[in-house]
Amino acid sequence: MSKMNLKTMKKTTKSNLITYAMVIVIFAVVQILVATGSMSSLMQGLLVPLCTYSIVAIGLNLCVGYLGELSLGHAGFMCVGAFSSAFFTRCMENSPMNPTLRFIIALLIGTAVAAFFGFLIGIPVLRLRGDYLAIVTLAFGEIIKNVINVLYVGKDENGLHFAINDNKALNMSGTGEMIIDGAKGITGTPRQSTFLIGVILILVALFVVFNLVNSRSGRAIMAIRDNRIAAESVGINITKFKLMAFTISAAIAGAGGVLYAHNLSSLIAQPANFGYNMSIMILVFVVLGGMGSFRGSIIAAVVLTMLPEVLRGLRDYRMLIYAIVLIAMMLFNWAPAAITWRQTHSLKNLFAKKTKEVQ
Amino acid sequence: MRFITYLINGISLGSIYAIIALGYTMVYGIAKMLNFAHGDVIMIGCYVVFMTMSGMNMNPLLSVILAVVVCTVLGVIIEKVAYKPLRKASPLAVLITAIGVSYLLQNIALLIFGADTKSFSSVVPLQNIKIGGITITGVTVVAVLACIVIMIGLMIFIKKTKAGQAMLAVSEDKDAAQLMGVNVNGTISLTFAIGSGLAAIAGVLLCSAYPTLTPYTGAMPGIKAFTAAVFGGIGSIPGAFIGGILLGIIEILGKAYISSQLSDAIVFAVLIIVLLVKPTGILGKPIHEKV
Repeated sequence: MSKMNLKTMKKTTKSNLITYAMVIVIFAVVQILVATGSMSSLMQGLLVPLCTYSIVAIGLNLCVGYLGELSLGHAGFMCVGAFSSAFFTRCMENSPMNPTLRFIIALLIGTAVAAFFGFLIGIPVLRLRGDYLAIVTLAFGEIIKNVINVLYVGKDENGLHFAINDNKALNMSGTGEMIIDGAKGITGTPRQSTFLIGVILILVALFVVFNLVNSRSGRAIMAIRDNRIAAESVGINITKFKLMAFTISAAIAGAGGVLYAHNLSSLIAQPANFGYNMSIMILVFVVLGGMGSFRGSIIAAVVLTMLPEVLRGLRDYRMLIYAIVLIAMMLFNWAPAAITWRQTHSLKNLFAKKTKEVQ
Repeated sequence: MRFITYLINGISLGSIYAIIALGYTMVYGIAKMLNFAHGDVIMIGCYVVFMTMSGMNMNPLLSVILAVVVCTVLGVIIEKVAYKPLRKASPLAVLITAIGVSYLLQNIALLIFGADTKSFSSVVPLQNIKIGGITITGVTVVAVLACIVIMIGLMIFIKKTKAGQAMLAVSEDKDAAQLMGVNVNGTISLTFAIGSGLAAIAGVLLCSAYPTLTPYTGAMPGIKAFTAAVFGGIGSIPGAFIGGILLGIIEILGKAYISSQLSDAIVFAVLIIVLLVKPTGILGKPIHEKV
């Protein structure tokens, strides 16, 4: 195992290494572009959100591509991760804690809270079949957004104060400060996220999903996706493995949320950033990149985020294009008519026919 | 007295949800798919009425009929173009396509009509009715009546007509129905047509009761109506009615007594609780699994 020989290496290992290498190459190229000043500040501002989208897309791909269940609540898990971590960072801001250590703890908290909510949502829903997961995760995302918008939390020397609907109900002393200010969200979070941290998080997320997918558990998860009844009959614990995949998927989305939160000085739960639209956008990345391909998700996230910035004229039509991409990809990949068309018109077939004619 | 007013508002909203939920539940029962675009068909219907009434001064009744026709055609086209090719594909692919269609309709509306809120004038010419201290709006009366008429009409249609029996057969077993000579594709198209036509009626009532119209108007009521359909038992017509009314009452009471900003959260919490306690809903039959 210690000998790294490209020829004897397993196909999956090779493919995984290519993905890691791709991320590192993108990172290097961006660093060179930034150093030579050939990247606009607008583009530079997109780098951390790009990492966030890639991470959440990796998480969602685990759920859609490997578990075979659609989640429309990954923006909700992102939201939970973002707010819990930013809350921690704001609480600890005046303590003498090392900022790096504080960020790492915030990351762990955000991930853990998102994982907890994923687990909680998964218990009732993953027992059911059909499209329930999609609708319940969508509902969850809306609940989280609503609750955060009416939640008020303040801090003074007596500790934390919580209230719903009104900041006057907090009963804080004069020196107290607001941490979560209802619809105004969390302001003043130190902006600690950098592109480097984002790339490291992408690599960690990739490491986690690759190891899961190629493990015994990962094979069990795919068996459930391909045939639930057959998987159950060979003794695979359906609920356990479904919950496991879904929880990990939510946790990764939460980590993306932490990165997102620490890139903004004011964090607000709005439909645009943590609503349905965000979930759809991430889903478009996953579908366009290929369900089950983590590398594809990252490429799609990079291309679709950068494209509207490069081609300004497309900006108004961005959402329309996303919608058409979703429908077209699904029809092209899944419609029986399209599948037979692709088989008869594939390049391989074309060459095969030609050689036959020559003979 | 205030409680009764809230209750009436809840029943009014609930009847609108029930009409939308009827469309959802029929499509879900027969095509076995969650038609995410259903809510956005509602929105298109509202824009048709808005454009024809305020733009062309058309008679309200005519413009509502026009909206029903447009939505019916739209529903059938969506089914033919986006869903029919995927009938044998995995449910995940169909679901993602449905989300794509929903998103497409929203963004087309956004490009055509703009993001600004249009104020919708009520199409119901009835005066408010006052009984004691309680006011019942004309929209409420029309919504409740329309809901009951539609529900009874649908039940009779399914029990008594050949097309209705074909729907039942397709919902039981598509392949067996085909072998018995039922036109499965035609039946599914008919279901989409009926569901989308109902969506137009629900949309007009919704916008008459809550007179704001944006490209996103349909999305949230659509999802809530699905919640209502699950609550009442998906696939069951009386279930959609009961679920819709109950959900409307829960939403209005939650808004009045708990928090106005949390009303959506309360509705969705109901969905999660129902799935936790009784996943088949109030009137749903348990589904037995075939190997």
